[in-house]
Amino acid sequence: MHTYQLRNLTVRHPGASASAAAAPAALHAISLTVQQGEQLALIGPSGAGKTTLLATLACAQRPAEGGFEAFGTDPWALGEGARHRLRAQLFLAPQTPPLPPRQRVVTAVLAARLPQWSVWRALVSLVKPADPQAAWQALSRFNLGDKLYSRVDRLSGGERQRCGLARLLLSPAKALLVDEPLSALDPALSELTLATLREEAASRGATLICSLHQVELALRHFPRIVALRDGRIEFDLPRGQVTQQMIEALYQGEQPASAPLPDHEALAVKLGIGACL
Amino acid sequence: MAVFPAHLHADPAWRGRLIACALAVVVVWPMLVVSEFKPWLLWDWQSLSATGRFLSDFLVPAHGAEFLQMLLRETWQTVAIATAGLTLALLGAIPATLIINEKLSISALGTGRMRLPARLLRQGVRWLLVLLRSVPELVWALLFVRIIGLGPTAGVLAIALTYCGMLGKVYAEILESSDSHATDTLMANGSGRLGALLYGALPESASELMSYTVYRWECAIRGSVVMGFVGAGGLGQRMDESMKMLAGAEVSSMLLVFVALVALADLFSKILRRRLG
Repeated sequence: MHTYQLRNLTVRHPGASASAAAAPAALHAISLTVQQGEQLALIGPSGAGKTTLLATLACAQRPAEGGFEAFGTDPWALGEGARHRLRAQLFLAPQTPPLPPRQRVVTAVLAARLPQWSVWRALVSLVKPADPQAAWQALSRFNLGDKLYSRVDRLSGGERQRCGLARLLLSPAKALLVDEPLSALDPALSELTLATLREEAASRGATLICSLHQVELALRHFPRIVALRDGRIEFDLPRGQVTQQMIEALYQGEQPASAPLPDHEALAVKLGIGACL
Repeated sequence: MAVFPAHLHADPAWRGRLIACALAVVVVWPMLVVSEFKPWLLWDWQSLSATGRFLSDFLVPAHGAEFLQMLLRETWQTVAIATAGLTLALLGAIPATLIINEKLSISALGTGRMRLPARLLRQGVRWLLVLLRSVPELVWALLFVRIIGLGPTAGVLAIALTYCGMLGKVYAEILESSDSHATDTLMANGSGRLGALLYGALPESASELMSYTVYRWECAIRGSVVMGFVGAGGLGQRMDESMKMLAGAEVSSMLLVFVALVALADLFSKILRRRLG
């Protein structure tokens, strides 16, 4: 069964769609098929469209053209209610952890259950957390068990990021879309985090799509690599077929545009400035 | 020393300023005449002595046992009018906030555009709130005194209507201007509007909402005093009577009670804000 089937998909940012169809698209002609239970990494330079692609897959961004199917149906052909129920099957973890600073960690993690809860249940859980054990288990898989009752603003950047991922463990979604989960983590925690995400996806047969900046980690952990550049798919290959040249070509031109000046030239510039004053 | 050039002597802005001043006088003078603005009447000997007597009474506030008992009873009534009015206002304002809040739109999710019925409903409720708060509470009170007779009920209803309009508008604006990342992510992951509000927007802005509500309670106390002058019960009504009898000592005691009530509201707000931090 397919989790996703994308045919020639074009996506424009919300602001751009209103002004003109000629506005540059964030994603061009994306064709991608993802089987249920597959694990793949999205790589590519900043601004390549990784986040937009994940938002599109989460039905948080309507594509402008092309075919888009999630679990065999086109979400944008469904009614609003049905589409919103479908969103509960797709879990999007954004790069910046979406946690209100004044909230407690236990509440923030349990918010994953909101789509399944009635409003009454949600209200009661604000006063007395509905399932603190489940929250604690999710947190301790990221070494955060002792932060269960802390406030979010007492956490460090890396702790917040893992707290956002612990929320993912509590969601019963069948597709996990994770945007740069390692941007605030050290190497050891990065390994732990990726291993936990893959383990969780495998244990419940969920699809895992993860955007990453660390190419070596992507190659080591994910069997399939999809590379984006300027809103187009550069390559979509099993990791065995990805070569060093392809990676270099993908990130080419991403180095700072002007190479740093040699020392004596920099000195000359400084002197020049001095002379003007 | 450089000689000031003659052609620069005329300040180019000078003529415009002169004309503006002249215009202001021409416009304001008839207004002063129409509004019978005669400040020199204040210095008339007769009014000076009346003022003097009235004000000298202020130095020793009234403190007879019977008077204090009445004062306590009326203060309690004023607090009750303000609290009951504000509670009723909240009953209307909270649902209105949920409706008009544009961040909490599921139909705008992914498309950036709300459905027409949703937009019409929001606009309708917005207009209703404008209508409620554009009629001053004093006018509502006069209206209700005519309909249901003298007494606190008129004051309670007047506060409820006006404050419902104010609270609904300001609550929605506080919630809309807070950081929406948490709310957006919750909705993209399939939680409902209320769930997203409770777990995303509310912890972000709980302390602003609280401090605005306590401030409005303070305003409701002042409002109920003013409405007392038109017969809507409470301290205001007593104050009106004391004023008419030129009993400065009584007015002075009542004013002290107002100061104490406002200080109390201030303290209450401070404690709550610290708790919500």
